Amino acid sequence: MKMLFFLCGLVSVGFVLCISIYLFVAGIPAFKVIGISDMLFGKVWLPTASTTEPSFGILPFILTSIWGTAGAIMIGVPIGLLTAIYVAKAAPKKVATAIRTSVQLLAGIPSVVYGMIGMVVLVPLIQRTFDLTSGATLMAAIIVLAIMILPSIINVSETALSAVPAEYEEASMALGATKEETWFRVTLPAARSGVATAIVLGIGRAIGEAMAIIMVSGNVANMPGLFKSVRFMTTAIASEMSYAAVGSLHRDALFSIGLVLFLFIMLINLGLKFFIREKKEET
Amino acid sequence: MIINVQKLNLWYADNHALKDISMDVPRNQITALIGPSGCGKSTFLKTLNRMQDLNPIVRIEGEVWYNGNNIYDPKMDVTDLRKHIGMVFQKANPFPMSIYDNIAYGPRTHGIRARAKLDAIVEKALKDAAIWDEVKDRLRKPALSLSGGQQQRLCIARALAVEPDILLMDEATSALDPISTGRIEELVTQLKKKYTVIMVTHNMQQAVRISDQCAFFLLGELIEYSDTSTLFSTPTDKRTEDYITGRFG
Amino acid sequence: MSKTTATTTITTNSDQVPFFQVRRKLYNIIVRGFLRLTTLVTVGLLIFMIGYILINGLKHLTIPMLTTQSSYIEDTIGIFPNIMNTLYMILISMLIALPLGIGAAVYLNEYATNRRLVTTIEFAAETLTGIPSIVFGLVGMLVFIHLFGLKQGVLAGSLTLVMIILPTIIRTTQESLKSIPDDYRHGSLALGSGKWHMVRTVVLPSAMDGIVTGSILAIGRIVGESAALLFTAGFGLRLNSLFKSLQRSSASLTVALYVYVSERGEMEAGFAIAALLMLITLLLNFAATYFGNKLKKR
Repeated sequence: MKMLFFLCGLVSVGFVLCISIYLFVAGIPAFKVIGISDMLFGKVWLPTASTTEPSFGILPFILTSIWGTAGAIMIGVPIGLLTAIYVAKAAPKKVATAIRTSVQLLAGIPSVVYGMIGMVVLVPLIQRTFDLTSGATLMAAIIVLAIMILPSIINVSETALSAVPAEYEEASMALGATKEETWFRVTLPAARSGVATAIVLGIGRAIGEAMAIIMVSGNVANMPGLFKSVRFMTTAIASEMSYAAVGSLHRDALFSIGLVLFLFIMLINLGLKFFIREKKEET
Repeated sequence: MIINVQKLNLWYADNHALKDISMDVPRNQITALIGPSGCGKSTFLKTLNRMQDLNPIVRIEGEVWYNGNNIYDPKMDVTDLRKHIGMVFQKANPFPMSIYDNIAYGPRTHGIRARAKLDAIVEKALKDAAIWDEVKDRLRKPALSLSGGQQQRLCIARALAVEPDILLMDEATSALDPISTGRIEELVTQLKKKYTVIMVTHNMQQAVRISDQCAFFLLGELIEYSDTSTLFSTPTDKRTEDYITGRFG
Repeated sequence: MSKTTATTTITTNSDQVPFFQVRRKLYNIIVRGFLRLTTLVTVGLLIFMIGYILINGLKHLTIPMLTTQSSYIEDTIGIFPNIMNTLYMILISMLIALPLGIGAAVYLNEYATNRRLVTTIEFAAETLTGIPSIVFGLVGMLVFIHLFGLKQGVLAGSLTLVMIILPTIIRTTQESLKSIPDDYRHGSLALGSGKWHMVRTVVLPSAMDGIVTGSILAIGRIVGESAALLFTAGFGLRLNSLFKSLQRSSASLTVALYVYVSERGEMEAGFAIAALLMLITLLLNFAATYFGNKLKKR
């Protein structure tokens, strides 16, 4: 029986290996044909150009994903962190439970539903407010992403904040600090690693999101601009895979985008691991 | 008299934990609060700097007069009160920050930002707590890298950094080894020259060793309160006598 | 509110920085305000989204919508096939992932002795949780469709979903197993029970609450998944039996939402599906909390 369970355990490892191997196997060929720097730093994406040379520059997607994630983090982290502090420290018990339930619900809403609400409510709103021809822009995507990452940030931050020993807060109050001062000068710094994990989780979710933003970002392979229609690494794959001919360089290039995305995620997660290890060695 | 307590009562929800406590605490002396577990001595200590406010089920009646004010007056600024009445806890609780930042925390909270000033305050506090020589070369190192006894002296220094009048010590040596305990007892005896110390202890020998006044609590009541030598040699209440002779505890 | 007259302070020494008390009071008030504000925003967003979808969608969730399939001829839209596809995928992926996940958790908690092995497996499971759905979709397509030769359909989609939900099942089962006191295990072993027998008769039954909670979470994930299914399960809107759907392009509810809204501009259908999804999410959340609480009580 032990062997059976052991094999079950190996399945996860198998999946990870499988994913890594296949992404590399499928993603490398296009890099070889087109050239790594031409692809990674190329600003023009015209894979099906017939009158001119097709070009496979994926920099627009990479930069859009980076800016989009950065924007989502800049909006989502303050809101999420402050909410987490409120729930963990300031809120009365019943209110805290209600808010936690709300956050769980937010987390459970399918991405396509977010996308649809974004498309129907946010995009026209942006169009009217900023007087654009279309509201389907990077800005819309950033707002949608910010809302989507709130649950990740709030949950993990709240856990980290609640785990800070009460003794620190008692000591702070005994020295004459107020509760609010204590939360920001003692509790929050003490929960640094947890908050960092929360932020990285948020980054991971934002950079990997596809369906929620495909309906609000306009889907044009532009270099990113707040009020431009843009395409992310994820939405590029999602929108073009269906019509990229099997075996074509176009399709291979899409796999390469998938590989780049995967590497980004791996880098971010490893970065977090090192950061936490450093923090642990400090104490 | 630096503190005058008048008919202080405290309830934890329906549990009447402190009953009609009245006492005067003399300035620049060490007053020990003794009694068996659960008698209310720690509870009482925490009323003196309004740390009981942190507990939502606590209700307090009565008055505690300090410096011409009743500290339970709703208009009292609690953060200012705690600047004047400091506290050291049973288990050393330095912040997960550097030694310097631990000591500087109190002064910074109360508005002192100038670097030179903070440096001076940190040095003075660490000297007053008899730990300066041990840490002066490692002020930026984490406070948690110190030993248990050092951490507790650090906490004392931290409390002294805001220049309180009174230092409340809640069984501050009970978690320490005898050598560290001895060092802190020595320190406290020096501290009374500048500060007033009120300490809770379950160690009667400690009370005998270093305190000037001694208050015996039992089941939420203040049974006997007099100078230490009198209380231990000729106690007036039989319950006091029973406790100090070890008939219960 | 005037700062120094309304509160009594003891401090009279002049090393109080002028205006500091005012700034300090302000800081505290602003902090308190912002904490409430941001929380209000968070909760407000949720209420708005739920309300907006339900108000606009429930009215289109008619019986015909729910029980028929779309027909070009009659120009109607029905999402019954998509409901069935989602159910098929739940069934098949849970059928595969549940034993695998429980088995892995049992191994990690009850049998494993090699620390490195445990760390490796746990690390792998953790890595899987961080991978975006679209990447799973890509890999699913590469492996199950190109390599294994499956056609776009429920089977390929379910296998892809297994990769996504496996970590959840492993984690919740592990937590549940960890919370079972060793006394139970020792009691059984002391009576002469073999290890597998002990696990089967004592440990697993006690872990039921956690397994159920994990399953509900996994189902929630399946219902909400879309990017991973685009190229593995496909966009097909026709009704199929379970068996036929395994290898036929079958759009789940989420993919159908995307198709109807983005490519066909059918907003009413979109709202209806969104409302249905919202209701399912609410239901699953309720169920997960209920079972989760049962687990905590133990």
